[in-house]
Amino acid sequence: MLDQSNLIYRYDGSFDGLLCCVFESYDKKEIPMDIIMPDISQTILFQAKEITTDSQKASRVLASIPKKMGVDALDFVRRAFLTCLPKKEIYILLFLRMGYRFGPYVMSMLADDVVDTLSKAVKHLDNESHLLKGFVRFSVFSNVLVAEIEPKNYVLPLMTQHFCERYPEERFLIYDKMHGMALVYQPYQSAIIPIDDLELPEADEKEQSYRELWQLFYDTIEVQGRHNSKCRMSLMPKRYWKYMTEFCGTAKNPLLRMENTSKLLTP
Amino acid sequence: MDVFDKLKILTDAAKYDVACTSSGVNKKAPVGGIGSAAASGICHSFAGDGRCISLLKVLMTNICAYDCKYCVNRKSNDTPRASFTPRELAELTINFYRRNYIEGLFLSSGVLKNPDYTSEQMIEALRILREEYRFSGYIHAKAIPGTDSRLIAHLGMLTDRMSVNIELPSQSSLQMLAPDKSKHSILAPMGYIQNRIQENSTDIIKYRHAPKFVPAGQSTQMIIGATPDTDFQILNLTEGLYKKYKLKRVFFSAYMPVAENNLLPTLDTQPPLWREHRLYQADWLLRFYGFKANELLDQHHQSFNPYMDPKCNWALNHMEFFPMNINRAPYSDLLRVPGIGVNSAKRIVTARRTATLKFNDLKKLGVVLKRSQYFITCGDKVTDGLKITQDTVLKSLMSEKALGIYRQNFPLYSGAEQLSLFEQPSLIPTLAQEVQPKCLTSLI
Repeated sequence: MLDQSNLIYRYDGSFDGLLCCVFESYDKKEIPMDIIMPDISQTILFQAKEITTDSQKASRVLASIPKKMGVDALDFVRRAFLTCLPKKEIYILLFLRMGYRFGPYVMSMLADDVVDTLSKAVKHLDNESHLLKGFVRFSVFSNVLVAEIEPKNYVLPLMTQHFCERYPEERFLIYDKMHGMALVYQPYQSAIIPIDDLELPEADEKEQSYRELWQLFYDTIEVQGRHNSKCRMSLMPKRYWKYMTEFCGTAKNPLLRMENTSKLLTP
Repeated sequence: MDVFDKLKILTDAAKYDVACTSSGVNKKAPVGGIGSAAASGICHSFAGDGRCISLLKVLMTNICAYDCKYCVNRKSNDTPRASFTPRELAELTINFYRRNYIEGLFLSSGVLKNPDYTSEQMIEALRILREEYRFSGYIHAKAIPGTDSRLIAHLGMLTDRMSVNIELPSQSSLQMLAPDKSKHSILAPMGYIQNRIQENSTDIIKYRHAPKFVPAGQSTQMIIGATPDTDFQILNLTEGLYKKYKLKRVFFSAYMPVAENNLLPTLDTQPPLWREHRLYQADWLLRFYGFKANELLDQHHQSFNPYMDPKCNWALNHMEFFPMNINRAPYSDLLRVPGIGVNSAKRIVTARRTATLKFNDLKKLGVVLKRSQYFITCGDKVTDGLKITQDTVLKSLMSEKALGIYRQNFPLYSGAEQLSLFEQPSLIPTLAQEVQPKCLTSLI
């Protein structure tokens, strides 16, 4: 087995494509130094090896994962693929190689560097998707619920079930600006589709008044004598505030409230 | 009065209620309905005071027939009054819920006319939500002390969690500050709810679709610092409540001076936030770490150490348990090491199945080595270059804030330590004797 320091794989960015990289790595008895996406135009000293996605190879690898290392490991790898971890592809490949070698034990090798790096990334993903389940704010436009988010990780697949079970009779859309994808739902059908841009109409009167009611509630519920902006900040990092109704102010001057609050926060 | 004014008044009146959890039950919306719940609970926002906002926390009305001295809504207080109609409240809840502002409703109330009438109003609001809107999101309702048990039973079928506020930690405090409430009027509904939950759990075994009674259990809260009750009494009461009434949570709320009364702390008193914090730490130790109340405090040490968290404090007073071998100690012992929590203990137990753990590995598992290094070994090794001096130990075991206050109060310690470059390191057991952390409050 050669650990080749000048070998780079290039795959199509899909999960199946990554599984084909795993196949290739075993087939050619080689471990690449990195696995890159097609659109990365970094100057590479060495020629990158194109890995074409072959659904047959991919499904062979996919079927082998639960067999060799358990369903938990497959779930773990799927999640790891959604994270924003740099070089996640190579870590996933190394993890799977360990899995084939050690079997289900790989999931308990928490002190190993590869497993540790991946589990931290997965934890970050899980945390973010859990937070966003609460922080997503819908606006009602002609009876359709619309929300925007900017998550670091690709969390939409993890939020689908939650929102579908919550609003089974509604029609809604959650637009992930960061990844250019949107979760769309109409009763008992959901899909994640690519969207380039989303322009939202003005809020109507009813929508506006509920926004204001919510802001009123948010401001009133605080016990002034216990003000603790540091605590709030660590529990609800500021990058989420952008789309949250309580910080967005009225339609006339949407950013005014946010600026005001941020002024208060920086002494 | 429009809905804005009502919301403002009734939120303002409800904000001192602590509980805002939406945890303990998993469910999804039925066909044609709306609303789900996750057992972990979901926070939808955090207020400026850092408290989670998960539920729409409002009162049905802040008109109250009672005159509890510590309460903003007491009869004798001159404050604007308002009431929601059941339909107004249901509509507001649904519209907030659709926009994902909230996880559900937390409904409490002042006592309008009498407890039964108040409860009927609450029931009507919840009925509209559950039956007309087919809302299956989270609902937490307060049981009003003195309500007929028939009404409590009805309320319980509509809610996920119920709570009866114990308000003050002892009967004598209650008598003094809340003359309209008695220990009996508070504990009776608590016991009733507990019985019904138990009956219901056997029903569910028999009939799978038996309607659920308060599926997320009940909780309570008490005010800290309004009365002379000690931490020891409060912690014992807490433990008793968990055992006897199988409560899911006991909440503590540092007393915010809201009223001028010679029975109460003066208006300029700072809320005892540190004390509240220590009580919550101890509460966690009771619920998740297998500690008993009398291990943390006892007759002679009635107050928590203000500088050190209860777990560190316990560890320093029980050095005979340490050092602990991380690769062999059972899970329940690992939980007792400062710097190791429930998650890291579980991860240690998992990870040591495949490898012998070293200090480097512990960091990856989420162990806070800064605290735990004094109490653990990996095999027969201790941390390389570990210096056990009073200064280093205190620095690692106290939070930065606590250390600052400590140094202000005991300036001699740090001053002497600065110069002693080559001083022999003192051993922890002597430190424990010298510092006597449990009774530091009595020193000041």
